[in-house]
Amino acid sequence: MANSNGKSPATASKPSRGARVAGWADERLGLATAAKKNLRKVFPDHWSFMLGEIALWSFVVLLLTGVFLTLWFRPSMAEVQYFGTYEQLRGLHMSEAFKSTVDISFDVRGGLLMRQMHHWAAMLFLASMFVHMMRVFLTGAFRKPREVNWVIGCVLILLGILEGFTGYSLPDDLLSGTGLRIADGIVKATPVLGSYMSFFIFGGEFPGDAIIARFYVAHILLLPALILALIAAHMLLLVYHKHTQWPGPGRTEENVVGYPMLPVYMAKAGGFFFIVFGWCAFMGGLMTINPVWKYGPYDPTKVTAGSQPDWYMGVAEGASRIMPPLETYWFNNTWTWSIVIPTMVITMLMLVTMILWPFLEAWVTGDKREHHLLQRPRNAPTRTAFLVAMMTLYGLLWIGGGNDVLAVVFNLNLNHITWFLRIAVFIIPVIAFIVTKRWCISLQRHDNEVLLHGYETGIIMRSAEGGHAERHLPIDEGKAYTLTARDRDEVYDPESDTDANGVAAPDSRSSRLRAKLSRAMFADNVQKPTAAELEEAHHHAEHEHELEAGLDHAADGHQFDGRHEVEGEELRPKH
Amino acid sequence: MTNNHDNLPVAEPIADPGHPEHHWRPTDVDDKAEKRAERQVSTFFVLSMISAVAFCVAYFTIEPEDTFMGLGAMNVALGLALGFAMLFIGIGVIQWARKLMGDQEISELRHSAASSEEDREATLAALAQGLEESGIARRPMIRNTLLGALALAGVPLIVGLRDLGPLPGKKLEKTIWRAGTRIVNDVTGRWIRPSDLEVGQLVNAEPEGLVENLDPRTNPEDLEARGVEVLHGHELIAEKAKSAVILVRIEPKDLSEATDNWGHEGILCYSKICTHMGCPIALWEQQTHHLLCPCHQSTFDLADKGRVVFGPATRALPQLPIEVDRDGFLAARSGFLEPVGPSYWERNAPSYWKDREPK
Repeated sequence: MANSNGKSPATASKPSRGARVAGWADERLGLATAAKKNLRKVFPDHWSFMLGEIALWSFVVLLLTGVFLTLWFRPSMAEVQYFGTYEQLRGLHMSEAFKSTVDISFDVRGGLLMRQMHHWAAMLFLASMFVHMMRVFLTGAFRKPREVNWVIGCVLILLGILEGFTGYSLPDDLLSGTGLRIADGIVKATPVLGSYMSFFIFGGEFPGDAIIARFYVAHILLLPALILALIAAHMLLLVYHKHTQWPGPGRTEENVVGYPMLPVYMAKAGGFFFIVFGWCAFMGGLMTINPVWKYGPYDPTKVTAGSQPDWYMGVAEGASRIMPPLETYWFNNTWTWSIVIPTMVITMLMLVTMILWPFLEAWVTGDKREHHLLQRPRNAPTRTAFLVAMMTLYGLLWIGGGNDVLAVVFNLNLNHITWFLRIAVFIIPVIAFIVTKRWCISLQRHDNEVLLHGYETGIIMRSAEGGHAERHLPIDEGKAYTLTARDRDEVYDPESDTDANGVAAPDSRSSRLRAKLSRAMFADNVQKPTAAELEEAHHHAEHEHELEAGLDHAADGHQFDGRHEVEGEELRPKH
Repeated sequence: MTNNHDNLPVAEPIADPGHPEHHWRPTDVDDKAEKRAERQVSTFFVLSMISAVAFCVAYFTIEPEDTFMGLGAMNVALGLALGFAMLFIGIGVIQWARKLMGDQEISELRHSAASSEEDREATLAALAQGLEESGIARRPMIRNTLLGALALAGVPLIVGLRDLGPLPGKKLEKTIWRAGTRIVNDVTGRWIRPSDLEVGQLVNAEPEGLVENLDPRTNPEDLEARGVEVLHGHELIAEKAKSAVILVRIEPKDLSEATDNWGHEGILCYSKICTHMGCPIALWEQQTHHLLCPCHQSTFDLADKGRVVFGPATRALPQLPIEVDRDGFLAARSGFLEPVGPSYWERNAPSYWKDREPK
């Protein structure tokens, strides 16, 4: 392309059509400068980096199928009588919202598919966000400089849950109406403002005639706009920080190794969108979800047994069910602890703990460096154990959320399940924490074992004295390096905490707490061997091999370990 | 806090062996493999095209009421066709990337997320200059009045939301029930005689006026004459959401005295709205005379003032005192003596029974 800003007119050679278009755009938008750096941007490869992609693409599927649904859905609570194609509902009075949902399911071709794809994609969106978050947590990818992105992710999960709740409330069927009724009960229990909030949200006394239209605007405009903006920020920060990577030969804190954005990463990620889309279509086509025509229109005097919210409400639902009755009356006012604690205190506590964890960890370690290499879960035993404890709690509350269904399916006493859970939520997560932490530490020991003494070959050596021992062989250099590519943990000691001038930090309560936490988090961890230890172990191994050398012809152990080329090697030398 | 990590006591035990050697793929060195991969990728794209066409064919040929293995045939066909159309594009592109696109890993240097020291200084200088030129520090009157104006500007935005809903007033405390309101079956709308109920039977009921069907012995004029309030639309639904009741008949000898006093020959009337979160309670255990809420499993003993026997509910289920009126039908002796439904801030009292009965 020729630049025509010069003094003499540019002489254009005939550029290709593509170049002409690119030139036209660049002269107005200056795209080349931005694209120069990013077209070949490096993305490291690992299966676990795909989890966030599932969340991103299922959100795109949600946008596409959601737009389709808005073309027919009527967010109105006006009462109509149904005379449509679904026989069982004919003649019933229902809201326009419910009628239009049934119409989308039975009269709009592909409507049921889109509805089910939308609901399944919502499940996938939330599930993949949770699993992605667990991946980031377990590998320490939230550490500096990515704390802000971690917080954005936490807010995205909260918004996703709200989006899910407003979404499944829209059809105004019996189940979603029951969900709204429970939401109203929770809102009313809010101290001081409860009944006012309820009347303002529902436009009067529950259920009023406004809630569907209000949830609709939240569901299709406010929340998606927020989610979209936060996803954009999440991705911009991802590009700016460059993706984390697993340590390995040639992969350090200072570089990022992987495939370039164009063409490989773009093809893989872009192709993956179609796979997620296709998968949602399969689920929408083959697996019934939320058959509202079976539940019927909402009637505040009716309810079905086994009423369940969508799974991501499980924590609040389970906690509500197992909470013992507790209510106090102070100065003529009601504090309904049996609602406030499970639905507001516990859920907010979980969210806040999640958001604050990176800052807590950074404070305890006092680590101000940037971290771009991921940690294996075993190398952060306390963190891993904490997450497993939280997952255990989540699972127990899920059981609580389905206690009626479990009682029926397994023929158990509902009250026994509830009592078991009331106690178990305090005990089992603690057990899970201890077991996981010990497990991680023993895996760390195993890593050191392999580094120092090599891997087990499966070859049993018989010594001249008749003793038997398994032969160990060193692992290859790259693997050994990968195992040692991690930081040594240091336990914070307030005594040695001096500033640049050698002035000791004041013995404050916070520094004592920090020391205590640091001991709890890091004191039991196994550190990688030092160079001297490795040297000595290898020396020892060589000595051992020399002793075994005379016996060495039968098999050196490499033939069967699946890690070495064996072509042309012979098990026994020919005699 | 100091940085403890500046000088690690022990050096890295193993030196970085550097990026491993690149291995060529079969498709990089074998022309045949390359051609085969090329054909595979194109095949996936062609399969996607076929699936897209199949979607259109299914859309126009399958009748909406056709079923396939108990599922809607149209839904299954459209879902599979759309799924394959998308999936094959994805598989094709990824196969292309894995087999044919360059697979040399490249390395890029990272840079600290922080801006350079000069940039920071320049930014701070620009900021300082800008603030200086605005004079905001030197003119506190302007600054303070601006802050005041901005703070107050938010108020109209909040005040504007006032009409989201009416104030609660006393609405949560009252239901449509009053002395003499007849109890009717919630489906048929028929008046109920004591003889209509067997021992152990539970009937879902409503106050007269809330059920669309009327008892055959009455008509709208008669209702009006008797002063029965008839509601419609969302007012009806809101009223039903708190006035719904259940009638049960239990052997009088099983009842506690207070409960028996408010009933009629063992027939009792309770609010159907759970005192926990407001679900309509529905599950009746006839042998134990317990009523279980399907939402959070609060369990109430209907033989004894509706007290909570299990679950998260904190208050007894409100009982409605009933009698038999002059015509022999069940009717309320009075309205509910306490607000029905879940707790709220202003409710300010435990269950009606709490202070009246020694435990």
